Amino acid sequence: MTALPFESIIGAWVATGLTLLIFSFLYKDNPLFKLAEHLYVGVSVGYVIVKTYDTVIIHLVVKPIVENGEIALLIPVAIGMLMLTRYVPKAAWMSRYAFAFIVGMGAGLAIPRTVSSFILKQVEDTIRPLLSMAGSDGVTFSMNLLNPASHLNAIIILLGVSSVLFYFFFSIEHSGVGKAVARTGILFLMISFGAGFGYTVMARMSLLIGRLTDLIEFSDASYGRPTVWLSLLTVGALFLLARRGREQPPDIH
Amino acid sequence: MIFLRRQLPLLITLVTGLLFAAQYYVPHPASEQMLTSATKWLQIVGGFALILGVTSLFHQHAVKIRRQEAGWGYSLVLYVGMLGTIAVGLWTNGKESVEGTMTAFGWVYNYMMVPLQGTMFAILAFFIASAAYRSFRAKSREAAVLLVAAVIVMMGRVPLGEYLIPLSGDVSSWILNVLNSSVRRAILIGVSLGAVALSFKIIFGVERSYLGGGKE
Repeated sequence: MTALPFESIIGAWVATGLTLLIFSFLYKDNPLFKLAEHLYVGVSVGYVIVKTYDTVIIHLVVKPIVENGEIALLIPVAIGMLMLTRYVPKAAWMSRYAFAFIVGMGAGLAIPRTVSSFILKQVEDTIRPLLSMAGSDGVTFSMNLLNPASHLNAIIILLGVSSVLFYFFFSIEHSGVGKAVARTGILFLMISFGAGFGYTVMARMSLLIGRLTDLIEFSDASYGRPTVWLSLLTVGALFLLARRGREQPPDIH
Repeated sequence: MIFLRRQLPLLITLVTGLLFAAQYYVPHPASEQMLTSATKWLQIVGGFALILGVTSLFHQHAVKIRRQEAGWGYSLVLYVGMLGTIAVGLWTNGKESVEGTMTAFGWVYNYMMVPLQGTMFAILAFFIASAAYRSFRAKSREAAVLLVAAVIVMMGRVPLGEYLIPLSGDVSSWILNVLNSSVRRAILIGVSLGAVALSFKIIFGVERSYLGGGKE
Protein backbone atom coordinates (compact mmCIF):
# COMPACT_ATOMS: atom_id res chain seq x y z
CA MET A 1 0.00 0.00 0.00
CA THR A 2 1.46 3.39 -1.02
CA ALA A 3 1.69 6.05 1.68
CA LEU A 4 -0.57 9.08 1.27
CA PRO A 5 1.04 12.47 0.54
CA PHE A 6 1.77 14.52 3.64
CA GLU A 7 -0.58 17.38 2.56
CA SER A 8 -3.47 14.90 2.17
CA ILE A 9 -2.97 13.60 5.70
CA ILE A 10 -2.77 17.12 7.16
CA GLY A 11 -5.77 18.06 5.00
CA ALA A 12 -7.77 15.12 6.35
CA TRP A 13 -7.02 16.17 9.94
CA VAL A 14 -7.97 19.81 9.25
CA ALA A 15 -11.14 18.91 7.32
CA THR A 16 -12.24 16.43 9.99
CA GLY A 17 -11.55 18.91 12.79
CA LEU A 18 -13.49 21.70 11.10
CA THR A 19 -16.39 19.36 10.26
CA LEU A 20 -16.64 18.21 13.88
CA LEU A 21 -16.43 21.78 15.20
CA ILE A 22 -19.42 22.75 13.04
CA PHE A 23 -21.33 19.60 14.01
CA SER A 24 -20.80 20.52 17.69
CA PHE A 25 -23.58 23.09 17.15
CA LEU A 26 -26.05 20.20 17.19
CA TYR A 27 -25.30 19.91 20.91
CA LYS A 28 -25.66 23.65 21.53
CA ASP A 29 -24.13 26.99 20.51
CA ASN A 30 -20.58 26.81 21.85
CA PRO A 31 -17.14 28.45 21.43
CA LEU A 32 -15.86 25.63 19.20
CA PHE A 33 -18.65 26.24 16.71
CA LYS A 34 -18.14 30.01 16.85
CA LEU A 35 -14.44 29.54 16.12
CA ALA A 36 -15.17 27.43 13.03
CA GLU A 37 -17.94 29.81 11.98
CA HIS A 38 -15.64 32.85 12.03
CA LEU A 39 -12.91 30.90 10.26
CA TYR A 40 -15.44 29.99 7.58
CA VAL A 41 -16.37 33.64 7.02
CA GLY A 42 -12.68 34.66 6.94
CA VAL A 43 -11.61 31.95 4.50
CA SER A 44 -14.65 32.54 2.25
CA VAL A 45 -14.08 36.29 2.09
CA GLY A 46 -10.37 35.75 1.45
CA TYR A 47 -11.21 33.31 -1.33
CA VAL A 48 -13.65 35.74 -2.99
CA ILE A 49 -11.08 38.56 -2.74
CA VAL A 50 -8.37 36.48 -4.42
CA LYS A 51 -10.71 35.24 -7.15
CA THR A 52 -12.03 38.75 -7.84
CA TYR A 53 -8.51 40.15 -7.92
CA ASP A 54 -7.43 37.46 -10.36
CA THR A 55 -10.52 37.66 -12.60
CA VAL A 56 -11.19 41.38 -12.58
CA ILE A 57 -7.94 43.21 -11.84
CA ILE A 58 -5.52 40.87 -13.61
CA HIS A 59 -7.55 39.33 -16.44
CA LEU A 60 -10.02 42.13 -17.22
CA VAL A 61 -7.94 45.22 -16.50
CA VAL A 62 -4.14 44.80 -16.24
CA LYS A 63 -3.56 42.21 -18.98
CA PRO A 64 -5.82 43.81 -21.65
CA ILE A 65 -4.31 47.25 -20.98
CA VAL A 66 -0.66 46.13 -20.85
CA GLU A 67 -0.76 43.45 -23.55
CA ASN A 68 -3.43 44.81 -25.95
CA GLY A 69 -3.36 48.51 -25.13
CA GLU A 70 -7.11 48.65 -24.35
CA ILE A 71 -6.94 52.09 -22.75
CA ALA A 72 -10.76 52.40 -22.77
CA LEU A 73 -10.84 50.02 -19.82
CA LEU A 74 -9.55 52.85 -17.67
CA ILE A 75 -13.10 54.32 -17.86
CA PRO A 76 -14.77 51.53 -15.79
CA VAL A 77 -11.75 51.64 -13.46
CA ALA A 78 -12.35 55.38 -12.96
CA ILE A 79 -16.09 54.71 -12.40
CA GLY A 80 -15.19 52.03 -9.87
CA MET A 81 -12.80 54.40 -8.10
CA LEU A 82 -15.65 56.92 -7.84
CA MET A 83 -17.45 54.35 -5.66
CA LEU A 84 -14.66 54.55 -3.13
CA THR A 85 -15.32 58.27 -2.60
CA ARG A 86 -17.99 57.01 -0.16
CA TYR A 87 -15.19 57.04 2.41
CA VAL A 88 -14.50 60.77 1.92
CA PRO A 89 -17.53 62.61 3.36
CA LYS A 90 -16.98 65.79 1.33
CA ALA A 91 -16.66 63.88 -1.94
CA ALA A 92 -19.15 61.10 -1.17
CA TRP A 93 -21.67 62.55 -3.65
CA MET A 94 -19.33 61.60 -6.50
CA SER A 95 -20.04 57.93 -5.83
CA ARG A 96 -23.54 58.61 -7.17
CA TYR A 97 -22.10 58.69 -10.70
CA ALA A 98 -20.86 55.13 -10.30
CA PHE A 99 -24.15 53.92 -8.85
CA ALA A 100 -26.13 55.83 -11.49
CA PHE A 101 -24.10 54.15 -14.23
CA ILE A 102 -24.46 50.62 -12.83
CA VAL A 103 -28.14 50.95 -11.94
CA GLY A 104 -29.02 52.66 -15.24
CA MET A 105 -27.19 50.05 -17.27
CA GLY A 106 -28.71 47.21 -15.23
CA ALA A 107 -32.23 48.60 -15.62
CA GLY A 108 -31.76 49.17 -19.37
CA LEU A 109 -30.39 45.68 -19.93
CA ALA A 110 -33.12 44.13 -17.79
CA ILE A 111 -36.23 45.56 -19.48
CA PRO A 112 -36.12 43.93 -22.95
CA ARG A 113 -34.53 40.71 -21.71
CA THR A 114 -37.01 40.25 -18.88
CA VAL A 115 -39.98 40.96 -21.15
CA SER A 116 -38.69 38.53 -23.75
CA SER A 117 -37.34 35.67 -21.63
CA PHE A 118 -39.39 35.76 -18.47
CA ILE A 119 -42.77 37.09 -19.57
CA LEU A 120 -43.43 36.41 -23.26
CA LYS A 121 -41.48 33.14 -23.35
CA GLN A 122 -43.25 31.83 -20.23
CA VAL A 123 -46.68 32.80 -21.59
CA GLU A 124 -45.78 31.16 -24.90
CA ASP A 125 -44.66 27.94 -23.20
CA THR A 126 -47.95 27.85 -21.30
CA ILE A 127 -50.19 28.39 -24.33
CA ARG A 128 -48.31 26.67 -27.17
CA PRO A 129 -48.76 23.03 -25.98
CA LEU A 130 -52.54 23.57 -26.06
CA LEU A 131 -52.40 24.67 -29.70
CA SER A 132 -50.80 21.36 -30.66
CA MET A 133 -54.11 19.65 -29.82
CA ALA A 134 -55.51 20.83 -33.14
CA GLY A 135 -53.30 19.06 -35.71
CA SER A 136 -53.76 18.35 -39.42
CA ASP A 137 -55.59 15.09 -38.60
CA GLY A 138 -58.15 16.67 -36.31
CA VAL A 139 -58.18 17.25 -32.56
CA THR A 140 -55.97 14.95 -30.44
CA PHE A 141 -55.70 14.80 -26.68
CA SER A 142 -53.02 12.91 -24.73
CA MET A 143 -53.93 11.93 -21.17
CA ASN A 144 -50.56 10.60 -19.95
CA LEU A 145 -49.93 12.31 -16.61
CA LEU A 146 -46.34 11.05 -16.44
CA ASN A 147 -45.42 12.88 -19.64
CA PRO A 148 -44.96 16.59 -18.73
CA ALA A 149 -45.66 17.50 -22.38
CA SER A 150 -49.08 15.74 -22.50
CA HIS A 151 -52.21 17.80 -23.20
CA LEU A 152 -53.71 16.98 -19.81
CA ASN A 153 -50.59 18.32 -18.07
CA ALA A 154 -50.64 21.37 -20.36
CA ILE A 155 -54.17 22.16 -19.13
CA ILE A 156 -53.11 21.62 -15.50
CA ILE A 157 -50.15 23.98 -16.02
CA LEU A 158 -52.45 26.60 -17.60
CA LEU A 159 -54.82 26.24 -14.67
CA GLY A 160 -51.94 26.59 -12.18
CA VAL A 161 -50.38 29.62 -13.86
CA SER A 162 -53.73 31.44 -14.23
CA SER A 163 -55.00 30.72 -10.72
CA VAL A 164 -51.72 31.68 -9.00
CA LEU A 165 -51.49 34.88 -11.04
CA PHE A 166 -55.11 35.65 -10.11
CA TYR A 167 -54.41 34.99 -6.44
CA PHE A 168 -51.78 37.75 -6.50
CA PHE A 169 -54.05 40.12 -8.48
CA PHE A 170 -55.72 42.35 -5.92
CA SER A 171 -57.52 44.81 -8.23
CA ILE A 172 -60.55 42.49 -8.31
CA GLU A 173 -62.30 41.35 -5.15
CA HIS A 174 -61.81 37.62 -4.53
CA SER A 175 -65.47 36.67 -4.16
CA GLY A 176 -67.81 34.28 -5.97
CA VAL A 177 -66.02 32.65 -8.91
CA GLY A 178 -62.96 34.78 -8.10
CA LYS A 179 -62.78 33.20 -4.65
CA ALA A 180 -62.83 29.70 -6.12
CA VAL A 181 -60.03 30.60 -8.55
CA ALA A 182 -57.97 32.20 -5.76
CA ARG A 183 -58.47 29.11 -3.57
CA THR A 184 -57.21 26.94 -6.44
CA GLY A 185 -54.20 29.25 -6.64
CA ILE A 186 -53.51 28.73 -2.93
CA LEU A 187 -53.74 24.97 -3.42
CA PHE A 188 -51.14 25.09 -6.21
CA LEU A 189 -48.92 27.38 -4.11
CA MET A 190 -49.07 25.04 -1.12
CA ILE A 191 -48.15 22.02 -3.24
CA SER A 192 -45.25 23.99 -4.71
CA PHE A 193 -44.03 25.15 -1.28
CA GLY A 194 -44.25 21.59 0.02
CA ALA A 195 -42.35 20.27 -3.00
CA GLY A 196 -39.74 23.01 -2.59
CA PHE A 197 -39.37 22.14 1.09
CA GLY A 198 -39.03 18.42 0.42
CA TYR A 199 -36.50 19.05 -2.31
CA THR A 200 -34.43 21.34 -0.04
CA VAL A 201 -34.47 18.80 2.79
CA MET A 202 -33.19 16.09 0.47
CA ALA A 203 -30.47 18.41 -0.91
CA ARG A 204 -29.30 19.09 2.65
CA MET A 205 -29.43 15.36 3.40
CA SER A 206 -27.22 14.78 0.39
CA LEU A 207 -24.68 17.28 1.80
CA LEU A 208 -24.88 15.58 5.18
CA ILE A 209 -24.22 12.19 3.59
CA GLY A 210 -21.22 13.74 1.80
CA ARG A 211 -19.76 15.01 5.07
CA LEU A 212 -20.39 11.70 6.86
CA THR A 213 -18.76 9.82 3.97
CA ASP A 214 -15.66 12.00 4.39
CA LEU A 215 -15.63 11.34 8.14
CA ILE A 216 -15.84 7.59 7.53
CA GLU A 217 -13.05 7.78 4.94
CA PHE A 218 -10.84 9.78 7.31
CA SER A 219 -11.29 7.23 10.07
CA ASP A 220 -8.95 5.01 8.07
CA ALA A 221 -5.54 4.08 9.55
CA SER A 222 -3.74 5.50 6.50
CA TYR A 223 -4.79 9.01 7.62
CA GLY A 224 -3.97 8.30 11.28
CA ARG A 225 -7.67 7.96 12.22
CA PRO A 226 -8.38 11.70 12.62
CA THR A 227 -12.14 11.08 12.90
CA VAL A 228 -11.70 8.92 15.99
CA TRP A 229 -9.14 11.10 17.78
CA LEU A 230 -10.72 14.45 16.92
CA SER A 231 -14.21 13.20 17.86
CA LEU A 232 -12.89 12.26 21.28
CA LEU A 233 -11.11 15.62 21.54
CA THR A 234 -14.25 17.56 20.53
CA VAL A 235 -16.47 15.65 22.97
CA GLY A 236 -13.88 16.18 25.72
CA ALA A 237 -13.65 19.90 24.97
CA LEU A 238 -17.45 20.23 25.01
CA PHE A 239 -17.57 18.37 28.31
CA LEU A 240 -14.96 20.70 29.85
CA LEU A 241 -16.73 23.78 28.49
CA ALA A 242 -20.05 22.58 29.92
CA ARG A 243 -18.44 21.93 33.31
CA ARG A 244 -16.79 25.35 33.34
CA GLY A 245 -20.12 26.90 32.40
CA ARG A 246 -21.80 25.22 35.39
CA GLU A 247 -19.05 26.33 37.79
CA GLN A 248 -19.26 29.94 36.60
CA PRO A 249 -22.95 30.94 36.67
CA PRO A 250 -23.80 33.71 34.23
CA ASP A 251 -23.51 37.29 35.50
CA ILE A 252 -27.05 38.55 35.94
CA HIS A 253 -26.02 42.22 36.30
CA MET B 1 -23.78 72.28 -7.65
CA ILE B 2 -27.28 70.75 -7.37
CA PHE B 3 -26.99 69.82 -11.03
CA LEU B 4 -23.71 67.97 -10.41
CA ARG B 5 -24.87 66.28 -7.22
CA ARG B 6 -28.47 65.37 -8.04
CA GLN B 7 -29.47 65.95 -11.65
CA LEU B 8 -26.38 64.67 -13.45
CA PRO B 9 -26.57 61.21 -11.79
CA LEU B 10 -30.24 60.99 -12.80
CA LEU B 11 -29.29 62.02 -16.33
CA ILE B 12 -26.58 59.33 -16.44
CA THR B 13 -29.16 56.73 -15.34
CA LEU B 14 -31.66 57.92 -17.98
CA VAL B 15 -29.13 57.89 -20.84
CA THR B 16 -27.47 54.56 -19.97
CA GLY B 17 -30.86 52.97 -19.27
CA LEU B 18 -32.40 54.02 -22.60
CA LEU B 19 -29.20 53.22 -24.51
CA PHE B 20 -28.93 49.66 -23.22
CA ALA B 21 -32.67 49.03 -23.51
CA ALA B 22 -32.48 50.12 -27.16
CA GLN B 23 -29.35 48.02 -27.76
CA TYR B 24 -31.43 44.81 -27.59
CA TYR B 25 -33.42 45.84 -30.66
CA VAL B 26 -30.42 46.79 -32.84
CA PRO B 27 -29.01 43.64 -34.50
CA HIS B 28 -25.76 45.29 -35.64
CA PRO B 29 -22.21 44.07 -34.85
CA ALA B 30 -21.42 47.45 -33.26
CA SER B 31 -24.41 47.02 -30.95
CA GLU B 32 -23.26 43.51 -30.00
CA GLN B 33 -19.77 44.84 -29.40
CA MET B 34 -21.19 47.53 -27.12
CA LEU B 35 -23.01 44.88 -25.08
CA THR B 36 -19.85 42.78 -24.75
CA SER B 37 -17.83 45.80 -23.59
CA ALA B 38 -20.59 46.90 -21.21
CA THR B 39 -20.73 43.46 -19.61
CA LYS B 40 -16.96 43.63 -19.06
CA TRP B 41 -17.30 47.15 -17.65
CA LEU B 42 -20.00 45.99 -15.23
CA GLN B 43 -17.72 43.20 -13.99
CA ILE B 44 -14.89 45.68 -13.42
CA VAL B 45 -17.09 48.17 -11.56
CA GLY B 46 -18.58 45.24 -9.58
CA GLY B 47 -15.05 44.37 -8.43
CA PHE B 48 -14.79 47.81 -6.86
CA ALA B 49 -18.18 47.31 -5.20
CA LEU B 50 -16.64 44.28 -3.48
CA ILE B 51 -14.00 46.58 -1.97
CA LEU B 52 -16.81 48.60 -0.36
CA GLY B 53 -18.31 45.51 1.28
CA VAL B 54 -15.02 43.99 2.39
CA THR B 55 -13.78 47.27 3.87
CA SER B 56 -16.92 47.41 5.98
CA LEU B 57 -16.25 43.86 7.29
CA PHE B 58 -12.57 44.74 7.95
CA HIS B 59 -13.57 47.87 9.84
CA GLN B 60 -16.25 46.18 11.96
CA HIS B 61 -13.93 43.43 13.20
CA ALA B 62 -10.91 45.73 13.57
CA VAL B 63 -12.94 47.91 15.97
CA LYS B 64 -13.93 44.80 17.93
CA ILE B 65 -10.31 43.69 18.27
CA ARG B 66 -8.99 47.18 19.12
CA ARG B 67 -11.58 47.67 21.88
CA GLN B 68 -11.26 44.04 22.99
CA GLU B 69 -15.06 43.71 23.02
CA ALA B 70 -16.72 40.41 23.95
CA GLY B 71 -15.80 37.77 21.38
CA TRP B 72 -12.87 39.75 19.92
CA GLY B 73 -10.89 36.50 19.71
CA TYR B 74 -13.33 35.23 17.08
CA SER B 75 -12.76 38.41 15.07
CA LEU B 76 -9.05 37.67 15.25
CA VAL B 77 -9.71 34.16 13.90
CA LEU B 78 -11.71 35.73 11.06
CA TYR B 79 -8.83 38.07 10.28
CA VAL B 80 -6.26 35.26 10.35
CA GLY B 81 -8.44 33.12 8.07
CA MET B 82 -9.01 35.96 5.63
CA LEU B 83 -5.44 37.30 5.48
CA GLY B 84 -4.00 33.79 5.39
CA THR B 85 -6.22 32.84 2.44
CA ILE B 86 -5.39 36.10 0.63
CA ALA B 87 -1.63 35.58 1.17
CA VAL B 88 -1.76 31.98 -0.06
CA GLY B 89 -4.01 32.95 -2.98
CA LEU B 90 -1.74 35.74 -4.17
CA TRP B 91 1.30 33.51 -3.76
CA THR B 92 -0.24 30.91 -6.10
CA ASN B 93 -1.72 33.53 -8.50
CA GLY B 94 -5.25 32.49 -7.54
CA LYS B 95 -4.83 29.01 -9.03
CA GLU B 96 -6.10 25.91 -7.21
CA SER B 97 -3.97 23.56 -9.28
CA VAL B 98 -1.05 23.82 -11.68
CA GLU B 99 -0.59 21.03 -14.23
CA GLY B 100 -2.79 18.72 -12.18
CA THR B 101 -0.96 19.34 -8.91
CA MET B 102 -2.87 20.96 -6.06
CA THR B 103 -1.48 24.32 -4.94
CA ALA B 104 -1.60 25.69 -1.39
CA PHE B 105 -4.65 27.75 -2.44
CA GLY B 106 -6.29 24.55 -3.71
CA TRP B 107 -5.48 22.93 -0.36
CA VAL B 108 -7.25 25.77 1.50
CA TYR B 109 -10.23 25.36 -0.83
CA ASN B 110 -10.46 21.54 -0.61
CA TYR B 111 -9.61 20.98 3.04
CA MET B 112 -11.00 24.13 4.67
CA MET B 113 -13.63 25.88 2.57
CA VAL B 114 -15.42 22.82 1.18
CA PRO B 115 -15.77 20.99 4.54
CA LEU B 116 -16.79 24.19 6.34
CA GLN B 117 -19.36 25.14 3.71
CA GLY B 118 -20.66 21.59 3.29
CA THR B 119 -21.09 21.03 7.02
CA MET B 120 -22.62 24.45 7.61
CA PHE B 121 -25.36 23.67 5.08
CA ALA B 122 -25.61 20.03 6.16
CA ILE B 123 -26.54 20.89 9.75
CA LEU B 124 -29.49 22.80 8.31
CA ALA B 125 -30.97 19.38 7.55
CA PHE B 126 -31.49 18.84 11.29
CA PHE B 127 -32.99 22.27 11.86
CA ILE B 128 -35.25 22.01 8.82
CA ALA B 129 -36.48 18.69 10.17
CA SER B 130 -37.21 20.14 13.61
CA ALA B 131 -38.87 23.22 12.06
CA ALA B 132 -40.99 20.88 9.95
CA TYR B 133 -42.08 18.93 13.01
CA ARG B 134 -43.25 22.15 14.67
CA SER B 135 -44.89 23.82 11.67
CA PHE B 136 -46.06 20.93 9.52
CA ARG B 137 -48.75 19.63 11.81
CA ALA B 138 -51.80 19.56 9.59
CA LYS B 139 -53.75 22.32 11.31
CA SER B 140 -55.61 23.35 8.15
CA ARG B 141 -56.38 21.93 4.73
CA GLU B 142 -53.62 24.03 3.13
CA ALA B 143 -51.03 22.85 5.69
CA ALA B 144 -52.10 19.24 5.05
CA VAL B 145 -51.61 19.70 1.29
CA LEU B 146 -48.15 21.18 1.91
CA LEU B 147 -47.25 18.29 4.23
CA VAL B 148 -48.39 15.60 1.79
CA ALA B 149 -46.53 17.22 -1.14
CA ALA B 150 -43.35 17.51 0.92
CA VAL B 151 -43.52 13.88 2.09
CA ILE B 152 -44.16 12.56 -1.44
CA VAL B 153 -41.24 14.56 -2.89
CA MET B 154 -38.92 13.44 -0.08
CA MET B 155 -39.93 9.78 -0.56
CA GLY B 156 -39.60 10.04 -4.31
CA ARG B 157 -36.01 11.31 -4.15
CA VAL B 158 -34.52 8.29 -2.36
CA PRO B 159 -34.45 4.57 -3.30
CA LEU B 160 -35.86 3.59 0.10
CA GLY B 161 -38.90 5.84 -0.43
CA GLU B 162 -39.53 4.34 -3.85
CA TYR B 163 -39.16 0.86 -2.36
CA LEU B 164 -41.72 1.60 0.37
CA ILE B 165 -44.15 3.52 -1.88
CA PRO B 166 -43.49 2.39 -5.48
CA LEU B 167 -45.52 5.24 -6.99
CA SER B 168 -43.72 7.99 -5.06
CA GLY B 169 -41.00 8.43 -7.71
CA ASP B 170 -43.49 9.10 -10.53
CA VAL B 171 -45.80 11.24 -8.39
CA SER B 172 -42.80 13.21 -7.11
CA SER B 173 -41.64 13.86 -10.69
CA TRP B 174 -45.17 14.91 -11.67
CA ILE B 175 -45.42 17.31 -8.73
CA LEU B 176 -42.03 18.85 -9.53
CA ASN B 177 -42.41 18.98 -13.33
CA VAL B 178 -46.08 19.95 -13.64
CA LEU B 179 -47.58 21.46 -10.46
CA ASN B 180 -44.37 23.05 -9.17
CA SER B 181 -43.31 24.38 -12.55
CA SER B 182 -46.73 25.98 -13.14
CA VAL B 183 -46.41 27.89 -9.84
CA ARG B 184 -42.79 28.85 -10.57
CA ARG B 185 -43.88 30.10 -13.98
CA ALA B 186 -46.64 32.24 -12.48
CA ILE B 187 -44.32 33.66 -9.82
CA LEU B 188 -41.65 34.33 -12.47
CA ILE B 189 -44.16 36.23 -14.61
CA GLY B 190 -45.28 38.29 -11.59
CA VAL B 191 -41.75 39.04 -10.42
CA SER B 192 -40.69 39.95 -13.95
CA LEU B 193 -43.58 42.39 -14.35
CA GLY B 194 -42.49 44.01 -11.09
CA ALA B 195 -38.84 44.13 -12.21
CA VAL B 196 -39.77 45.79 -15.49
CA ALA B 197 -41.93 48.35 -13.70
CA LEU B 198 -39.10 49.08 -11.25
CA SER B 199 -36.58 49.41 -14.09
CA PHE B 200 -38.81 52.00 -15.79
CA LYS B 201 -39.16 53.87 -12.48
CA ILE B 202 -35.37 53.91 -12.08
CA ILE B 203 -34.67 55.03 -15.64
CA PHE B 204 -37.18 57.89 -15.49
CA GLY B 205 -36.00 59.03 -12.05
CA VAL B 206 -39.13 58.12 -10.07
CA GLU B 207 -37.17 55.65 -7.92
CA ARG B 208 -34.04 57.36 -6.56
CA SER B 209 -33.17 55.46 -3.38
CA TYR B 210 -30.07 53.93 -5.03
CA LEU B 211 -28.47 57.38 -4.97
CA GLY B 212 -28.45 57.27 -1.17
CA GLY B 213 -29.23 60.05 1.26
CA GLY B 214 -26.94 62.87 2.28
CA LYS B 215 -26.97 66.52 1.39
CA GLU B 216 -28.94 67.52 -1.72
